[in-house]
Amino acid sequence: MARTIETVAEELRAPSPAAILRKRVFGHYGLVFGIAVLAVIVLIALLAPLLAGHDPYAQDLVARMKPPFWMEGSDPEHLLGTDHLGRDYLARLLYGARISLSIGLFAALISGLIGTAMGVAAGYFGGRVDLVVTFLINVRLAMPVVLVALAVVAILGGSLQVVVCVLGLLLWDRFAVVMRSSVLQVRDLEYVNAAKAIGCSTRRIILLEIMPNVVNNLIVVVTLEMAHAILLEAALSFLGLGVQPPTPSWGLMISEGKQMMLFEPWLIAIPGVALFVLVLAINLLGDGLRDVTAPENRG
Amino acid sequence: MSDKTTPPVLELANVTKTYQVKQGLFSAPRPLHALGGVSLRIHKKDVLGLVGESGCGKSTLAKVLLGLEVPTSGKVLVDGKEITPRERKLQARRIQPIFQDPYSSLNPRKSIEDIIALPLVAHRIGDAASRAGSVRRMLDLVGLPQRVLKGYPNQLSGGQRQRVAIARALVMNPEIVICDEPTSALDVSVQSQILNLLGDLREELGLTYLFISHNLAVVEHLATRVAVMYLGRVVEEAPAAELFAGPRHPYTQALLESVLTPDPNLSVPDTHLGASYPNPIAPPPGCHFHPRCAQVRDICKTTPPPHVAGPQGHVDCHLHAAPAR
Repeated sequence: MARTIETVAEELRAPSPAAILRKRVFGHYGLVFGIAVLAVIVLIALLAPLLAGHDPYAQDLVARMKPPFWMEGSDPEHLLGTDHLGRDYLARLLYGARISLSIGLFAALISGLIGTAMGVAAGYFGGRVDLVVTFLINVRLAMPVVLVALAVVAILGGSLQVVVCVLGLLLWDRFAVVMRSSVLQVRDLEYVNAAKAIGCSTRRIILLEIMPNVVNNLIVVVTLEMAHAILLEAALSFLGLGVQPPTPSWGLMISEGKQMMLFEPWLIAIPGVALFVLVLAINLLGDGLRDVTAPENRG
Repeated sequence: MSDKTTPPVLELANVTKTYQVKQGLFSAPRPLHALGGVSLRIHKKDVLGLVGESGCGKSTLAKVLLGLEVPTSGKVLVDGKEITPRERKLQARRIQPIFQDPYSSLNPRKSIEDIIALPLVAHRIGDAASRAGSVRRMLDLVGLPQRVLKGYPNQLSGGQRQRVAIARALVMNPEIVICDEPTSALDVSVQSQILNLLGDLREELGLTYLFISHNLAVVEHLATRVAVMYLGRVVEEAPAAELFAGPRHPYTQALLESVLTPDPNLSVPDTHLGASYPNPIAPPPGCHFHPRCAQVRDICKTTPPPHVAGPQGHVDCHLHAAPAR
């Protein structure tokens, strides 16, 4: 016994918890890549006015449909060319990152709050609460997201706020399902019983005993739903019912470029690639965070 | 030994706990009597060993005492005062648990320091500095080095984890500790360390234990009194020495015979119990034990056994009823 205590103590003394965490984060290539790309995109979104060099709304009908820099006849003024109204494509792409990121962030925040509250309540209290929440989840799952979003946006009119709210109120189902099942797994473990027997309040048990043990599942769902919301916004904008022109949104840019798709494929390829990279980075970040925070991996 | 003049520090008066068991969509739920009227008295500094087969209601009894389950009827009294479920938080200061599996009873996300300090934080006792001091004293008390404070449970061995669980239970200076099979998840070599630690702490701090176990050797080692449970009832209760020297209830006799000896020449002992534990939803009529009893009589099959009080304990059995003696 004395020997094991000593050896464990040695292991404990060696690296600090922060050093261990740092090592594990930087050892996970997917996570590093996700963080790096997402950080670049966030920086771009924040610094868009400095980086763009052009007003994304300024039309120049003389310089319409300029090709990007790798094609012949490109204009060094417009690195990624111009669209059908002569607006600088690079500036619109950079400002579009703001739209996509804020939609993803706020939609995931709203739906996360709703879904987590419902899922945790259902999982922890069980019984009738669980019945009601499960029923609501089933009702929600029976609704086709895109059609409902289309209908609501069509009634209320498209704008950034409306799209965020609609997506936030529609995407909570996965939060609720995942949190309910994770809490169900955790709530009967003995440390929860121990906390109850010790005399902890229900609030303390949920927030400090249960939540820390299910939060890695929550992180994965947050990132999935962020990516989901960003793609749905793009889809809604593409269909003309999301963010309204002339706001520079990546989905809207694809939509506006689709008439010229056969002749000028870069018009949709550029915002398409941007969407792809952003969604990929968010998903890698979520996967990596889940791996790094899982307690069974703690060294 | 128990002093009969002082009131018991913990008393259970005819506690029952009934679960409604659903058996399919359309049949009405049927009652399962996990506890069928348990009365126990534990005096200060006693160690009451509670033994019985799996499923006999030992853990349900622990949950009722810890306030995790509300008894269907009956009373739980601490120092002669009845404790209602609403007063659970006050009761929690005086009755603390040690659970069976130290791998699941410690929150893997919390540091050892936070785990041990949890009762103090939950009851808002002291400030950060005094809590840290209490935690350090507890570590010394249970024989863990101070260096594990910032560690996490998965960095400790099973025995060390159980020491952490003991430290958490004792940090509030409780009077009663409910030990629900505290050694059954541990290696044999570590079991004795934990048992000795529990014994030492009892001497040092004047603790009272309710010690639940299915391991009779462990109970014999630690307990001052023993209660034997069968199908939700206490069938025999006596001072430990007396019970191990002369078991009176046929079930207790069978249990004691079932203890394995290290002698390799002896085969597995025959307890005459058979393999089947009765279905607790449909317990046998009369004495619940009669289908497995070696000394069964006709009366056992129809009439519940009488409560026969002895000089130091009691036994629920027709064999010891007054006319039969």
